[in-house]
Amino acid sequence: MSLTNDRIKERLIEKFGEQVSAFSEPYGMLTFEAPKEFNLKVLNFLYDDDELKFRFLTDLQAVHYPDNKGRELAVVYHLHNLVDNVRIRFKVFTDINTPDVYTATGLFSGANWMERETYDFFGVNFVGHPNLKRILNVDEMDYFPMRKEYPLEDQTRIDKDDEMFGRG
Amino acid sequence: MGRPVSYNVNVKPLEKDISIAGMPDGHQGEGFFATKLNDVVGLARKNSIWPLPFATSCCGIEFMATMGSHYDLARFGSERVGFSPRQCDLLMVMGTIAKKMGPVVKQVYLQMAEPRWVIAVGACASSGGIFDTYSVLQGIDQVVPVDVYVPGCPPRPEAIIDGVMRIQDLIGKESLRRRNGDRYKQLLESYGIQ
Amino acid sequence: MTEHEHIRLPEGSIEKTTTTINLGPTHPATHGVFQNILELDGEKIVSAEQTVGYIHRAFEKLAERRPLYQITPLTDRLNYCSSPINNMGWHITCEKLLGIKIPKRVDYLRVIIMELARISDHLICNSIVGVDTGAYTGFLYVMQYRELIYEVYEEICGSRLTTNIGRIGGFERNFNAIAFQKLDKFLAEYPAVLKEFINLFERNRIFMERTQGTGPISAERALNYSFTGPNLRAAGVDYDVRVHTPYSSYEDFQFNVPVGTTGDNFDRWQVRNEEMWESLSIIEQAYRKVKEFKGADAEVFHADVPEYYLPEKEDVYTKMEALIWHFKIIMGEIDIPAGEVYSCVEGANGEVGYYLISDGGRTPYRLHFRRPCFIYYQAYEEMTKGSMMSDAIITLSSLNLIAGELDA
Repeated sequence: MSLTNDRIKERLIEKFGEQVSAFSEPYGMLTFEAPKEFNLKVLNFLYDDDELKFRFLTDLQAVHYPDNKGRELAVVYHLHNLVDNVRIRFKVFTDINTPDVYTATGLFSGANWMERETYDFFGVNFVGHPNLKRILNVDEMDYFPMRKEYPLEDQTRIDKDDEMFGRG
Repeated sequence: MGRPVSYNVNVKPLEKDISIAGMPDGHQGEGFFATKLNDVVGLARKNSIWPLPFATSCCGIEFMATMGSHYDLARFGSERVGFSPRQCDLLMVMGTIAKKMGPVVKQVYLQMAEPRWVIAVGACASSGGIFDTYSVLQGIDQVVPVDVYVPGCPPRPEAIIDGVMRIQDLIGKESLRRRNGDRYKQLLESYGIQ
Repeated sequence: MTEHEHIRLPEGSIEKTTTTINLGPTHPATHGVFQNILELDGEKIVSAEQTVGYIHRAFEKLAERRPLYQITPLTDRLNYCSSPINNMGWHITCEKLLGIKIPKRVDYLRVIIMELARISDHLICNSIVGVDTGAYTGFLYVMQYRELIYEVYEEICGSRLTTNIGRIGGFERNFNAIAFQKLDKFLAEYPAVLKEFINLFERNRIFMERTQGTGPISAERALNYSFTGPNLRAAGVDYDVRVHTPYSSYEDFQFNVPVGTTGDNFDRWQVRNEEMWESLSIIEQAYRKVKEFKGADAEVFHADVPEYYLPEKEDVYTKMEALIWHFKIIMGEIDIPAGEVYSCVEGANGEVGYYLISDGGRTPYRLHFRRPCFIYYQAYEEMTKGSMMSDAIITLSSLNLIAGELDA
């Protein structure tokens, strides 16, 4: 019997009940969310369970929704079950004023740099991370550039004429 | 339907068996040749450049193709590429320079001994390229003085060779007193280099 | 440190301490800009700390400003040694979001281009491993044949390295007879070259002693570090995106997935060589299949999606509808349907993933690239702890770290 999205959903609701919510299947990939305190519990369950076996962390990143007050930053985990070839997406929402999320480095060593990158771009503070400092930007940078309120271009340039670039 | 495939199958006969660099202007007679010191020194320097490939991204791969046998940069005398700035004349900056990398370029430039030349290969090194972002240095001429810019994204190997040939022109015609003059000193001051 | 009997040193005169060496960002052996701060005890490495970000170009923020087809040049510059694979991966992601179905002939042509790019990337990696062990000949010999691959790209899209090849829905022009002639030339000359290149190294005692047993990683640790691609396959796990989630009609082809045993440098080198042979076989199969399309079918090189595919110039100058679509597409006035999609392709270094969230506007709301190099470079310290400095250099080059993909 192969693992279907419905079966995964059943097992998750059976184990976590009300805590997992917002199930949807955009383009065939099951997506759900849980409160941020439960992220490690859900990840551990998906890893240890012998039927679910989501033991490969494909990707970890964040998205900034400035309009959802209280739920501005979403940390998204993409997991993959290599044996049955099923992918799943798990989201955790957090407030922008206290963006603390438990780290997944205890479970997946590959999450180390992925979380550093998320911290560098969005400011998500991963609690328990061994080495949470900036990875891609310069160390002295004091803001989190991927958040929507910051512009793309370097604002300190004096030699560029914005009029000519349509941004006058 | 287009033109048929045409590879270069005509063997061009060599004009001479051995081709050597052209002779500078001078006065020659029986057993002597008199010319300016400038010209001779320029001739020697331009045909034996030791480049330092500072390859950061995609333009670096085109440089590897230029050093390969199809486009061969070694025929212009740049046979020995070195990676130590203390031993090289020409700093070839190829690829995007981010703000994190800017001080490194400057340090490498400072370690080079005079006379030194800089060639900015590619759009990113010349002016930031398509990356007009907060993290990319918009051209290396913000940190080091540049002699020749080669545009392109990435420039074809022929364009890189053309850039090197322009540098050769500059080197051949450079005055021996240039590096000690006031104008050069002012140029370096403007970059904060003593 | 052993004390020899005939050397008597005064007591307390030698302090045993570790040296800190800075390997990079500019160093002949780091092929790209990344830094390793190594702590050495003599020649043995005690610890290694990596610093990346020296070529951070903010692709993800740039992508929020650009309509879909303007993002293709950004994807080129991720893994610039095999840029067609990134381009095709991006187009496949967009087609998944937009629900476009691609005709078979286009799929087969895409496969040919992607496998050529894979060969081109593995050639660079393997010959650079040769250069780092001191053998420059292999590199120069093989660069000549990469020029043949570049000529095929040039015939189709005009550019050699950062190709920006293809469009959402197919290719910008049909492969003409010249492109097929160049492909024939490559397929005729290349197998002998690859055989000679492998012969130079494979049973060479110096190469084998330098690469066998150095930089190993076990399958469990590799999976925990989320390795993908040839590095994971050399450790023993046969995960290949082309087989697991076939895209672009890969299920129609017959090929093997080579797998190593110990995950050391020699295994990685051999896995890449075997993959090059497999890619050659896939190109030949795809070429045969493309030749089977006759008549009007042989003229198909894109799907019929006027909203996203730029119309031909003759139509733009003569038909009203084509003119309107041309204007709308160039001015970026086409709205993307809202949704989120994750799609991946097998790049030369592993699973290149694109996570695209669209809110219905003209540009993506969030685009994230899952870059395999960034993810497996973390494991470098574990792979080199306790080994010699010279082995560390070879491990670095056999991992095939491309700086553009590391930093994005």
